[in-house]
Amino acid sequence: MTPILDISHIDMVFPTPKGPFTALKNVDLKISKGEFVSLIGHSGCGKSTVLNIVAGLYQATTGGVVLHGKEVKEPGPERAVVFQNHSLLPWLTAYQNVELAVKQVFGKTKTKSETKEWIEHNLKLVHMDHAMHKRPDEISGGMKQRVGIARALAMQPDILLMDEPFGALDALTRAHMQDSLMEIQNELKNTVIMITHDVDEAVLLSDRIVMMTNGPAATIGEILEINLERPRDRLALAEDSDYTHLRSEVLRFLYEKQRKVENLASVKKSKAKKRNDKNQHHAA
Amino acid sequence: MSNAASITEGRDIKLTATSILNAVFEHGVKVALAPLLGILAFLMIWSLAAQNINTSLGQFPGPTDVWQQFGSLYNEHKAERAKATAFYERQEKRNAARVAKDPTYVPKIRAYTGKETYFDQIVTSLITVMSGFILAALVAIPLGIAVGLNSALRSGFNPIIQIFKPVSPLAWLPLVTMVVSAVYVSNDPLVAKSFLNSMITVTLCCLWPMLINTSVGVASLDKDLVNVSRVLRLPALKHVQKIVLPASVPMIFTGMRLSLGVAWMVLIAAEMLSQNPGLGKFVWDEFQNGSSNSLARIMAAVITIGFIGFLLDRGMLALQRFASWDKDSAAA
Repeated sequence: MTPILDISHIDMVFPTPKGPFTALKNVDLKISKGEFVSLIGHSGCGKSTVLNIVAGLYQATTGGVVLHGKEVKEPGPERAVVFQNHSLLPWLTAYQNVELAVKQVFGKTKTKSETKEWIEHNLKLVHMDHAMHKRPDEISGGMKQRVGIARALAMQPDILLMDEPFGALDALTRAHMQDSLMEIQNELKNTVIMITHDVDEAVLLSDRIVMMTNGPAATIGEILEINLERPRDRLALAEDSDYTHLRSEVLRFLYEKQRKVENLASVKKSKAKKRNDKNQHHAA
Repeated sequence: MSNAASITEGRDIKLTATSILNAVFEHGVKVALAPLLGILAFLMIWSLAAQNINTSLGQFPGPTDVWQQFGSLYNEHKAERAKATAFYERQEKRNAARVAKDPTYVPKIRAYTGKETYFDQIVTSLITVMSGFILAALVAIPLGIAVGLNSALRSGFNPIIQIFKPVSPLAWLPLVTMVVSAVYVSNDPLVAKSFLNSMITVTLCCLWPMLINTSVGVASLDKDLVNVSRVLRLPALKHVQKIVLPASVPMIFTGMRLSLGVAWMVLIAAEMLSQNPGLGKFVWDEFQNGSSNSLARIMAAVITIGFIGFLLDRGMLALQRFASWDKDSAAA
């Protein structure tokens, strides 16, 4: 498969009062059409920065992002974002929130009835057609996130960017949402980049898991191919040996390999080292 | 067994009935009884204090004197209205008689020129304050949005806002008076100069809370919502219309409520000095008049002013509840 998205040798340096801070160093990734890629790593490792650069909300210091042969320079609906905290406009109903996006993207190409149909179709896809005309403060956190996904899907993006979409939800709701997302993905076969720090979520949903090293100067540590057959069922997979193996691969990366790097980096400061040693004792 | 059950059930019902009664009573005390007691205590202290204060215009008016003056103000109003009706009737009859005598005669209709009653003055005050307030809103809200969106503009405007915000209306009034006299020259003026003076002074004083609150509301717009707008590539004007404006509506209303309160306070002072025929002028005239009733009439005006200020605030709150999506911010 030919890659549609090329994240090419990205460095990200933020100016701070204490001097420049290198958040990302040489992040390089190609993503094919229809692929579901998860970015996983400890918090503060720059996962969100990568996503924001792909979205066009940030500009990489060096390197760049190419989508369909064109360089990404600004945000746009062909790279729709599902934000962590839903980011629905609180004064609009679920329907109106999706409508704002649809009118902006398809205002000139869709007729009035087509627009209405398309909005309702997308809300149905995320099982929100029963509460279309409710405002965000009248629905639960999971439902808000569903509407956020419907809004992004309704833009018919070339690539869907999800920034810890289920991070703020309770475990049961999160499982429901993951199942819904797999069901939608099965139908639409979108290209997706999802940020997560949930190992099970990453293995269950992804075709590839991109594991990031710790910052500063974070980069891609390892990439894990998930060749589990689709459609996937969480109950069946729970006892599957391949699944368990993949899951422990990710865990090993996060809690063995990346912990080491953290300790090595802190050798410079003896105080920080002492604290880390203490932590390790606690962990042991 | 069933008997025992029904007994406990009965007790439960009784218990809940008492607790409901208690709750109703507690609620009643808070909502109705306590304010009533407060007012009664105030009236008592007022009348006691009034008996012990002697001024050159006689004893300070107590609640009963003021109540009487409310009555006489109302009677004066009715008498004045009756005079006006009589005047128009006479005029009509006279004109009809002249037309009957000479069909080519075009009747002249003259307006009644009696003095304003207390209620006319209230109406004038309300018209003046609303005109000044609306003019200020028309300037402050768009300007506040522009200032809120642009941080350079914000830094530029900040010192001006900080310096002019605390200025008293009494300081503005002479300047406004002179400028209006110089600029507003017309043989057939649409509105009186005194009206313009009061209105512009009100505008100058109630610009600031609206300007500050609008700009803060716009500037503190949730970054995620800005990102939504950027991903959708909303054009600048649509961004303001669809995202910025609705998001800052709660803060705009807060500013409007503060401004209306300021406007009403400023208006009374402005009317006193600019001789605009409103409540402020009423107070000033009564003070200059210096009759034995004057103090009671001024006290009646004080109560009226307070009451109208309260109603204006409630009206603004009702408007906010009706128009703003954020019902939490519209709590009293």
